[in-house]
Amino acid sequence: MADASYPDGLLYHPEHDWAQIDGETATFGITWFAQDALGEVVFFDPPQVGVQVTQGESYAEVESVKAVSDVIAPLSGEIVEVNADLADAPERINDDPYGEGWMVKVKLADAGEQQGLMDAAAYQAQLG
Amino acid sequence: MTPAAPTAPADDQRTIYERSQPGRRAFVAPALDVPARPLDELLPARLRRSAPARLPEVSEPELVRHYHRLSKRNFDLDTGFYPLGSCTMKHNPKLHERVAALPGNARLHPLQDERRAQGALELMWNLQEALGEIAGLPHVSLQPSAGSHGELAGVLLTRAYHEDRGEHRTKVLTPDTAHGTNPATVTMAGYEVVKVGTNADGGVDVDDLRAKADEQVACLMLTNPSTLGLFDPNIAEIAEIVHGVGATLYYDGANLNAIMGITRPGDMGFDIVHFNLHKSFTQPHGGGGPGAGPIAVSERIEPYLPRPQVIRREDDEGAAFLLDEERPKSIGKLRGFQGNYGVFVRSYAYIRSLGAEGLREASEVAVLNANYLLALLKRAGVAEYLPVAYDRLCMHEFVLSGAPMKRELGIRTLDLAKRLLDFGVHPPTVYFPLLVDEALLIEPTETETKETLERFAEIVAAILREAAEDPEIARNAPYSTPVRRLDEARAAKQPVIRQPL
Repeated sequence: MADASYPDGLLYHPEHDWAQIDGETATFGITWFAQDALGEVVFFDPPQVGVQVTQGESYAEVESVKAVSDVIAPLSGEIVEVNADLADAPERINDDPYGEGWMVKVKLADAGEQQGLMDAAAYQAQLG
Repeated sequence: MTPAAPTAPADDQRTIYERSQPGRRAFVAPALDVPARPLDELLPARLRRSAPARLPEVSEPELVRHYHRLSKRNFDLDTGFYPLGSCTMKHNPKLHERVAALPGNARLHPLQDERRAQGALELMWNLQEALGEIAGLPHVSLQPSAGSHGELAGVLLTRAYHEDRGEHRTKVLTPDTAHGTNPATVTMAGYEVVKVGTNADGGVDVDDLRAKADEQVACLMLTNPSTLGLFDPNIAEIAEIVHGVGATLYYDGANLNAIMGITRPGDMGFDIVHFNLHKSFTQPHGGGGPGAGPIAVSERIEPYLPRPQVIRREDDEGAAFLLDEERPKSIGKLRGFQGNYGVFVRSYAYIRSLGAEGLREASEVAVLNANYLLALLKRAGVAEYLPVAYDRLCMHEFVLSGAPMKRELGIRTLDLAKRLLDFGVHPPTVYFPLLVDEALLIEPTETETKETLERFAEIVAAILREAAEDPEIARNAPYSTPVRRLDEARAAKQPVIRQPL
């Protein structure tokens, strides 16, 4: 994806992660800014299904041609699904960070945590 | 004469194995002039190969061309300017090769009886003394064979020190600017890494350090100057906080080239230091070949040093040099034998050639060269695209950010780095340290001339002007190298690291 984009309807964490809420579960991924800063992603190391993740803490690793980086959970909960397609095609994180590049689905632990996240406009303002 | 078929790979693309012809040899063995003996008497069948090794069979000219061709496909320090930050790519004096090649050095066998290797042991002992003086810490082990190996030795010493006092600590602190080897070493030694933040001046965030320093912390690993090329003026306070919770303070010697003979890690309060003999002390870098990462330690860490230690003993018949194995609290051996001796010879030759004043001058000129180059790059035409990340007087290296260049000219730090190759310059370190966006880490070293630094600054300015006209040129660079832009993502995902025979 060549140009920056930050879709409305997603919630954003300052560590450059997004969450899409769907009832009691949410889908997580990293933002356009994050994938652009990383450069070409060559490996995604996902968590196990069933693992508990905590808001603000690392739940997975991405390796790009530049560095290995932690992926930060925007919300707390239990991993119910991981994007298995990223094992063979981690470049989807670059090509389609909000679509095919999604990383995990999580059963949310605390709906109140969403109050601490930003909308697209606030996140973009933070990027400066 | 017809040219080779266009489908065949170019001649310089063929590997030595593809040139092999059965039975072809690069030498002819002389006729046997001693009585022949059955092979079984010389080497039992169970120790012999059942089939010959699949070595390439080539003539001597092909063999020579093979190595010559490989050497030309490399960019090395003898080819051009190599300002690779944090690697201290200083000149490797050719005198050092001559002394390392002296028969007494080159033909020394690691199993030689120590009574017949007194000269070598004396050289090692003298090198230990010299490094101890440079570090301000008296006890030195030459055994670790790389900087990262020295780091591991240092963290294992820290563990031995705490456990000897009945303490089981779990965490090691590293700044967020640390070299990647620091957290890797910590993890390998069985500790948990805890990151300490960086303050607005590029130094350790002392408040963050104070908040994280507790009785579970075994050690703080630090470079000073830091990876940003900045000297941390709060080092005394940092040492006090770390020692206050009973932890050790570890000095990563990666940036020692800035301070030799000016200040000493031991005087700053560090307990353990590792040296990179291939950085500050002119052992050639390269190819994963032999290195050395000696460590120097304080009195309280000394009992745990690896064994054997080279010691000097004086008696009625004079001084003798021995390998001391009697070290009951030692962490043990870190490798076979005593380390990479040829590296010790070169680094000892360097220290003796320069002397104390010369080492100090080397560091002073390294810092002067870095500041001169930084001043040139702060001029109009460059500074608006590549601003310095922390605008202070730098030490031996400095960090620029390519973020404005990427935003305004549409070329990334990677593109600039690749384009530099077309001008016969090795790129600086890129995308490190991680906390600077589109980082370039530049270390010119003391062995480069003023004209070389000026030419580098002119090349950078020319690449930026060219990118303003046509960014595609840099985006597709390099053009003049043996291979064009490599597909790094594919190389990481589908590495081809061997040729099927």
